Amino acid sequence: MALLQISEPGQSPNPHERRIAVGIDLGTTHSLVASVRHGHAECLPDDQGRVILPSAVRYLEEGRRQIGADALAAQAEDPENTLVSVKRFMGRRLADVAGAEKLPYRFEDTPGMLSIVTRDGLKSPVQVSAEILATLRFRAEDTFVDDVFGAVITVPAYFDDAQRQATKDAAQLAGLKVLRLINEPTAAAIAYGLDNASEGLYAVYDLGGGTFDISLLRLTKGVFEVVATGGDAALGGDDFDHALADWVLAQAGVKVRSAHDKRAILVAARAAKEALSSAGEARLTAELDAGPLSVPVTRSQFEQLAKPLVDKTLSSVRRVLRDAKVKTDEVQGAVMVGGSTRMPCVRAAVSELFGREVLINLNPDEVVALGAAIQANALAGNGKDGELLLLDVIPLSLGLETMGGLTERIIERNSTIPVAAAQDFTTFKDGQTALALHVVQGERELVSECRSLARFELRGIPPMAAGAARIRVSFQVDADGLLSVSAKELTSGVEATVQVKPSYGLADDQIAHMLKDGFASAEADMVARKLREARVEAERMLLATASALAADGDLLSGAERVDIDALTSAVGDTAQGEDADAINAAVEALAKGTEAFAAERMNRGIQQALTGRNIENL
Amino acid sequence: MRGAATGRAFFLMKLTDNDFALFGLPERQQQERAEIDARWKSLQAQVHPDRFASEGAAAQRVAMQWAVRVNEAHKRLRDPLARAAYLCELRGAPIQANENTAMPASFLMEQMEWREALDEAVGVAAIEALDVEVDQREKTLLSEVQQLLDDENDATTAASAAAQKVRALMFVQRFRSDIAKRLDNA
Repeated sequence: MALLQISEPGQSPNPHERRIAVGIDLGTTHSLVASVRHGHAECLPDDQGRVILPSAVRYLEEGRRQIGADALAAQAEDPENTLVSVKRFMGRRLADVAGAEKLPYRFEDTPGMLSIVTRDGLKSPVQVSAEILATLRFRAEDTFVDDVFGAVITVPAYFDDAQRQATKDAAQLAGLKVLRLINEPTAAAIAYGLDNASEGLYAVYDLGGGTFDISLLRLTKGVFEVVATGGDAALGGDDFDHALADWVLAQAGVKVRSAHDKRAILVAARAAKEALSSAGEARLTAELDAGPLSVPVTRSQFEQLAKPLVDKTLSSVRRVLRDAKVKTDEVQGAVMVGGSTRMPCVRAAVSELFGREVLINLNPDEVVALGAAIQANALAGNGKDGELLLLDVIPLSLGLETMGGLTERIIERNSTIPVAAAQDFTTFKDGQTALALHVVQGERELVSECRSLARFELRGIPPMAAGAARIRVSFQVDADGLLSVSAKELTSGVEATVQVKPSYGLADDQIAHMLKDGFASAEADMVARKLREARVEAERMLLATASALAADGDLLSGAERVDIDALTSAVGDTAQGEDADAINAAVEALAKGTEAFAAERMNRGIQQALTGRNIENL
Repeated sequence: MRGAATGRAFFLMKLTDNDFALFGLPERQQQERAEIDARWKSLQAQVHPDRFASEGAAAQRVAMQWAVRVNEAHKRLRDPLARAAYLCELRGAPIQANENTAMPASFLMEQMEWREALDEAVGVAAIEALDVEVDQREKTLLSEVQQLLDDENDATTAASAAAQKVRALMFVQRFRSDIAKRLDNA
């Protein structure tokens, strides 16, 4: 093991020690994995040369499964056990899913998030997504013949906290270390902006299979600043399929009831929709239980059906422009992302709104994964220092329920992350010793119209007169866009703090249980894996410490240096052994012991930024 | 190169520094938005957690604290109203909007007329026209606040007068957010 190797800032480690970092676009209809190779981001193909993995998982007998194209091919034949578009169910309860009755699945209203009954048992959307992520992880590991160090996974910008948490849980289940969750339009902007050396204000219009995002970004010298974002986490190409299917069924006077018919009509609608992107008319044909169905559709008929959906996206675009206080003519270009932007009516509508032709000079399917790969490469420390900085925002306001079912906003939408805010509350009854807190996300004033993220209670407040207690509730959103909430009673000196994880996320023991259940992961040997991960982490920490000491060791007193050196050699020593827990403990001790040093280094960095000096001049 | 002890004393920047000091800007109302944004980006380039992605959990926590602090200051500095309120507070005239609700009668009349106009406005164009009018009023009030905070000699009296105008501006801002809500639903 290359312990204590010192790498200069701004220099990547030796080629054979480059960390394999990947970007993954976990999409509603299809998913991709990309990586930076030889300084260039590219999507990784499977052994048959295909880069696109359909987001489809079919559960077979005896715990076997098909993932991707094979599963997709079987969806009409085995609709109940072939799960597609599960991204629409991530972090969602059954009541949240509109039109569930039109889908061929047997849903179960499980706590926190719905599940689907398959022949292999109950499947959570997180588990299904993990199958897809693991498939892409294996693809990357086969390509590089090495372990994946970490991944940047993209999520729709308009995903709420529960949906982000569910995505992170799925990655953990697939054995992937998440370097960062980033927003899909931001990832697209990175790939587009770096490719075209663009500067200025750009809109990214991202209409995927199941989600719609609109982000406004300002690009300046490697800084990608999201000015505002908006969208609809339940609007995408699938909805156009449903609209067309409903219309055709009404035309033909046919009703579908069986799972097979429900899936067959949707598959046929999607094919007809895609044909209409290049042809003026198409025929929707499907083999239903009652016999064959064949209905002609013209493009203008389809566009009439699509108009309400397209208009919905345009009103999101207008709201984002208002939020950003920007007029359409200040936007230098509208970048089109997502397979659904292939529809001519979508391109025309967006062109008209911005008064200029939309930008379609990139592959709408691949661009998100490519941008994620570039960010993953930078976060893994393979890129050059300072070449890329993302300043993203939260899409939806976060708040608390107050008296009367009203929402008190703590953090406004479009706040740049990471962000924290606190607000003081008090008790309303004499002698009240507990306070119930309800965390919500959304723009509506009524709590009932916002998404409920978590409920928790602050207990142990000393009895006081009503209004005397001062309870400070703090919200913190990290760089992944994930929220944590804590509450403290301040006046009495007695402090009670509660950390919450949103109730939509899976609990850690649930994840552990799923892992034990023999997840698709080829490696059954969890102990060996744990040890290897601990060693990688130890090595990473040693490298980081060594380079920090090389750069800023002069900040430390002699005694402080001795302490850190002792912690460092403890990590090195335990890493030679076989005890993963001991290695992790030593790494954690080194992390704690260098916290003050890290703060000092950052002070120095800030001072340098303010005085305009850079490291080379020192 | 300085020794370790003096080196530490040299780095004075603290999480608790006031926003202007943190951004290295003069402590006044008049500011260039482009300059604020440029300093924000250069600070984030130094402290953002992504910059320390390979340096472990401790560095991540510290970086997050700094990044949060820099974003908080940026949010306050870039918004002229929040900046004015902050300056008033620094100069001993806190806004305390909940305890100081008294407003001049003429201002309240204007507010009522606006509210009526918004209730009666039909269609996006009419609402936007009202927004333009309110925007003009907001700009005038803001330039008066700037004059009080930057040009007056008696800083304490001027800050109290500015605080009064800031409270008025908070009403105006709330009204503008109501206009925005109407536009959202239009």
